[in-house]
Amino acid sequence: MQQVLMKVENVSKSYQMGEVSVNALQNADFELYEGEFVVILGPSGSGKSTLLNIMGGMDLPTEGRILVKDEEITGYNDRKLTAYRREKVGFVFQFYNLMANLTARENVELATEICKGALNIDDVMAEVGLGDRKDYFPSQMSGGEQQRVAIARAVAKNPLLLLCDEPTGALDFQTGILILELLHKINKTFNKTVVIITHNMAIGDMGDRVIKMRSGKIVEIKVNQNPIPPERIEW
Amino acid sequence: MGFLQAYKMAVKSIRSNKVRSFLTMLGVIIGVGSVIAAVGFAQGSTKSITDTIQGMGTNLIQISITGRNSNRNVTYEDLAAFAAENSEEITAVAPQVNAAMTVKHGTKNTETSINGTSPEYETIRNVHVQAGRFLLQLDVDYMQKVAVLGTAVVNELFEDADPIGQSVKINGQVFKVVGILEEKENGQTDSQDDQVIIPVTVAQRLGRATVIRNFAVQAATPEAVDSVMSKLNSFLEKIYKDTSTFRVFNQAQMLSTLNNVTGTMTVVLAGIAAISLIVGGIGIMNIMLVSVTERTREIGIRKAIGAKKRNIMVQFLIEAVIVTGIGGLLGVAVGVSVIRFVIGIMDIVPEVYSIPWILLSFGISLIIGVLFGLFPAYKAASMNPIEALRAE
Repeated sequence: MQQVLMKVENVSKSYQMGEVSVNALQNADFELYEGEFVVILGPSGSGKSTLLNIMGGMDLPTEGRILVKDEEITGYNDRKLTAYRREKVGFVFQFYNLMANLTARENVELATEICKGALNIDDVMAEVGLGDRKDYFPSQMSGGEQQRVAIARAVAKNPLLLLCDEPTGALDFQTGILILELLHKINKTFNKTVVIITHNMAIGDMGDRVIKMRSGKIVEIKVNQNPIPPERIEW
Repeated sequence: MGFLQAYKMAVKSIRSNKVRSFLTMLGVIIGVGSVIAAVGFAQGSTKSITDTIQGMGTNLIQISITGRNSNRNVTYEDLAAFAAENSEEITAVAPQVNAAMTVKHGTKNTETSINGTSPEYETIRNVHVQAGRFLLQLDVDYMQKVAVLGTAVVNELFEDADPIGQSVKINGQVFKVVGILEEKENGQTDSQDDQVIIPVTVAQRLGRATVIRNFAVQAATPEAVDSVMSKLNSFLEKIYKDTSTFRVFNQAQMLSTLNNVTGTMTVVLAGIAAISLIVGGIGIMNIMLVSVTERTREIGIRKAIGAKKRNIMVQFLIEAVIVTGIGGLLGVAVGVSVIRFVIGIMDIVPEVYSIPWILLSFGISLIIGVLFGLFPAYKAASMNPIEALRAE
């Protein structure tokens, strides 16, 4: 039986937009297991980013709670949430979000410097295939390479959980596959829990589980008995 | 995040916006520079006047008879007798008869200050001859037409020739030059070097002055100055029966009056300059706020990966302090250059570099960096990561 890493219990989030209350997320309820590769699928506006932000400690739900290894993070104050983001979570964004005036290595350093138990930067950068690009600035690298830097930045902190928000969204098909392979490798070799959110149905085939969302609700949680390796995915 | 990393990021951000960073610094450069230059100018003026007063001799007390007395006036002999009575406190008394007259030698002439006095003047006013001799008592007693020239007068009348033994004409009367005074202020006209000293008796006749209105008295020690002054006051009061007809004053009073004036001048000038420093600080706050807005996304990323509020504040504070620090250093350079090359070359007042004021204005620039950087840094640190990431 797999160990439970995160329990999402009946989580809802609503925003007040003037006089209208928008329910971005309603009654999300599921568990994440350690070492799992989960794909959250849904069209834009389905609430998947909201869910990811709450899981990553960037936002708090209006209702429900989230437990990470039996500790409730939804009751955290600002300072503890920051510490949670710092020590437990690695984020990968669609548009890489690198610091333009720092080199690849310095971008990774930015994350490792502030957290305890970080991995060796050079090892991680070699792992993501950027061993010889460490002193390049983001503007000197391709989109795929920039995304690798972002992944290295997230992984080097040695987090419990890697949260990826449309990691292939800004990349062409081939580069996107390479990035997925990298995330897959990290999932297997480092035994890290990886959560990808995407609207790309094809990516769902590589997940151990697929959580489908629509209009702020989880409509289906599907277990893939035989996930397809990323190199065989096509879209 | 380490301090070093924050420093590195701040330097990178300053360097990637060189022109903007320089313009931001300009406010601080001008502020610090003008504080230093203004204080330098004020203190230079103070020094120039203080030097003049101190050059007049030590423990000097001046008596000035301003009114008239129908009965009798105080004479040099009266004061000499008074000095002899108080010899433990008074070392010397010298009469002074001053007039502006024309001095001629050959075809050249110059308007200068004629100072009729006695040999005691040499010690009292600290004027010495560099060649020849000073006045003798004999010159005074026998009304010898001898003159001791200041270097400014020598320069005007004699060029390269040796003036000693030559003759000059003062108001048409022929005088023999017996000595040349030591130079005090580079032989400039209208300085202490621009004077001719002659026996007081001769000066009285020359200027048709029957009454001597000025005397210089030297107290034995600085501590005796006050006691001598009060004795002189009561002595003169007995003769004149009216305190408004004479005045007894000393260097210390002149200096303290002067220090009040120049102290006020320093504060006013520094105050005006400090305003520009504050304006510079506001400029920094303005640019830092722009910089925070511009880097909203960057702040969002850092917050997302778990940077603490403090980490982000420190980075922006360091940036503000580096900008003001460099600006402050450049400002010190500008201020010192202004003193050296503008005040120094115009040569109105001596060059004075006030180390305390230099350190103070540089220190204030750093404090301004922290104070005016604090608000933008706080604004940056309090951003919501999700909203910050959404910014373009």
